Amino acid sequence: MARNPVTWLGSPTFPKAAKTALADTQLRQNLRKATGTIRGRRAAAVAEMTDWEQLRVAGEQIKDDVLARLDTLLVQLEESVTARGGTVHWARDAEEANRIVLDLCRAEDAQEVVKVKSMATAEIGLNEALEAGGVHAIETDLAELIVQLGDDRPSHILVPAIHRNRSEIREIFQRRMGVEVSDEPADLAEAARSYLRQKFLTTKVAISGANFAVADTGSIVVLESEGNGRMCLTLPDTLITVMGIEKLVPSWQDLEVFLQLLPRSSTAERMNPYTSVWTGVTPGDGPQRFHLVLIDNGRTATLKDSVGRQALRCIRCSACLNVCPVYERTGGQSYGSVYPGPIGAILTPQLVGDLHDPLAASLPYASSLCGACFEVCPVRIDIPSVLTHLRAEVVAAKGRTPESIAMAAAAWMFASASRYEKAQKAGSLARFLAKDGKITSLPWPGSKWTSSRDVPAPPKESFRAWWRKNRG
Amino acid sequence: MASAREEILNRIRSAKVPAAPQVVRGYNTKGTGGVELLAETVADYRAIVHVVSDVPEALKRLEGKRIVAPAGVPDEWLIDGVTWLREPLSIEELDRSDGVLTGCAVAIADTGTIVLDGGEAQGRRALTLLPDYHLCVVRADQIAASVPEALHRLEPTRPLTFISGPSATSDIELNRVEGVHGPRTLEVLIVT
Repeated sequence: MARNPVTWLGSPTFPKAAKTALADTQLRQNLRKATGTIRGRRAAAVAEMTDWEQLRVAGEQIKDDVLARLDTLLVQLEESVTARGGTVHWARDAEEANRIVLDLCRAEDAQEVVKVKSMATAEIGLNEALEAGGVHAIETDLAELIVQLGDDRPSHILVPAIHRNRSEIREIFQRRMGVEVSDEPADLAEAARSYLRQKFLTTKVAISGANFAVADTGSIVVLESEGNGRMCLTLPDTLITVMGIEKLVPSWQDLEVFLQLLPRSSTAERMNPYTSVWTGVTPGDGPQRFHLVLIDNGRTATLKDSVGRQALRCIRCSACLNVCPVYERTGGQSYGSVYPGPIGAILTPQLVGDLHDPLAASLPYASSLCGACFEVCPVRIDIPSVLTHLRAEVVAAKGRTPESIAMAAAAWMFASASRYEKAQKAGSLARFLAKDGKITSLPWPGSKWTSSRDVPAPPKESFRAWWRKNRG
Repeated sequence: MASAREEILNRIRSAKVPAAPQVVRGYNTKGTGGVELLAETVADYRAIVHVVSDVPEALKRLEGKRIVAPAGVPDEWLIDGVTWLREPLSIEELDRSDGVLTGCAVAIADTGTIVLDGGEAQGRRALTLLPDYHLCVVRADQIAASVPEALHRLEPTRPLTFISGPSATSDIELNRVEGVHGPRTLEVLIVT
């Protein structure tokens, strides 16, 4: 079976990548500024709502219902879309999805296509597959364009170029667009507008993702801000939408929940500037050929796991990234996947489906389990519980390892007060090995611990010893 | 070999996900806002808002301009002194116009959103996308207080566009900046 492109080929494990990222002070500064801004704004947008908790509960329940009836609802969606003049395709994995889209582009004789930002197409590596097949995909979302022109990788679900500040964006635009531009955000937006305008007006094929698909009407919903989505969804002759099979809602009424949860959670707005809804083909308005590609790519395997399947409730808002202390320090690229942050740490390994894969197996540990992600999640995904569940699976997949032996030894040691104190005494000797109050490498088997964590040097005297001397 | 469709459906069935409990809709479905709240929420997104009673008088702001007017725009809106552009219009003609005048299907007071459905006085979607200026007339009876009320009034199979303020982006340092690909100026007339 081909490898799942949801992780980037050749990416190091999370602790290795994080070590490099932590040394990048510019990156940390950019992220601290951006996530700090959005955290405050999200909290204000949510505080306006007196019924936020009720909306979250409804969002959770609707998505759980979708997962329970997924086969029936997908067939219903297919019928509704087909009845309105669309064509539905099914793809088991990334390779199959990419081939379907490439064939559709070739049938239209398209050498160039415009794209609306889409996580599904990033997950399957569609741009690279199209390029290899002779079709150039132009990203039209501002942040995606920054990533594409900078030959970079995305680092955030909503704002893939969040790791870039205004002056870095200016440099990329000047170099790749050949224009003089200031680092004022309004000027940078204007530069993107002029750069893409002719492409929008002349390109015949567009590719999009979908935020939601309504099973009973066949309506597809895309939320966006800039109008690049509207351009792609309205002007070309042919529209190809690639969507994960879990992006469904059963009925039109269910959108009343998600159109309130998503904008406030993602961009901290009461409503995002533009939301487009279309159902199949409308004569005289918009693309006259519509293809919907439904992708599995690891989702049905995730569905089998009774704890892990809640990750499929995700509506890709990215609120969990913005509140995560680990994400804020390591940035998104350390996760080695288009899905970074807390949701990535539970979704990516499940989509990969192979816990012997070193990167996938390292991701459930990319968390301090502080729980902030669960608190902000608009569909109440209990990310910390899924993380610990996946950690147990990683350990089980490994069998007996130095770390599991060390853990068993630790259990034996903690079980007796005298053994514990002896161990502490031995530990305080380790002070001599520590630099700056930190131990960065212990001899084996301790090296299995310090390879991904620094150990604070133990104090000269243990608390237990101090207590006996002073209060005992 | 089974088709991709059959294989995916079989994989889903073999996952045996237990049935979910009935969805509890404990959230608010009704709001109380009207003209006043809509004027505030639309203005929050840096759209220009006027509450007016005389539409033709308010449209005098368009004088001297070349403005797209979709089918179904009331005759009294087509005032003298404006060059009205009527369908059929090419992409280039839309792109070169000074703006577009439309009505709407629904507006949402809670969120400052106007919704177009391609019906009367709204036209196809490209009409409100390519011109750099959009003037939208909202009648008081078209205002829904909340998102649930608005969705209830809409016909989902029509092509719908929800518009909340002018085109914007949050992609540079997560701060909202107005004016990218869609109309950079949005002006809303609320008619009482």
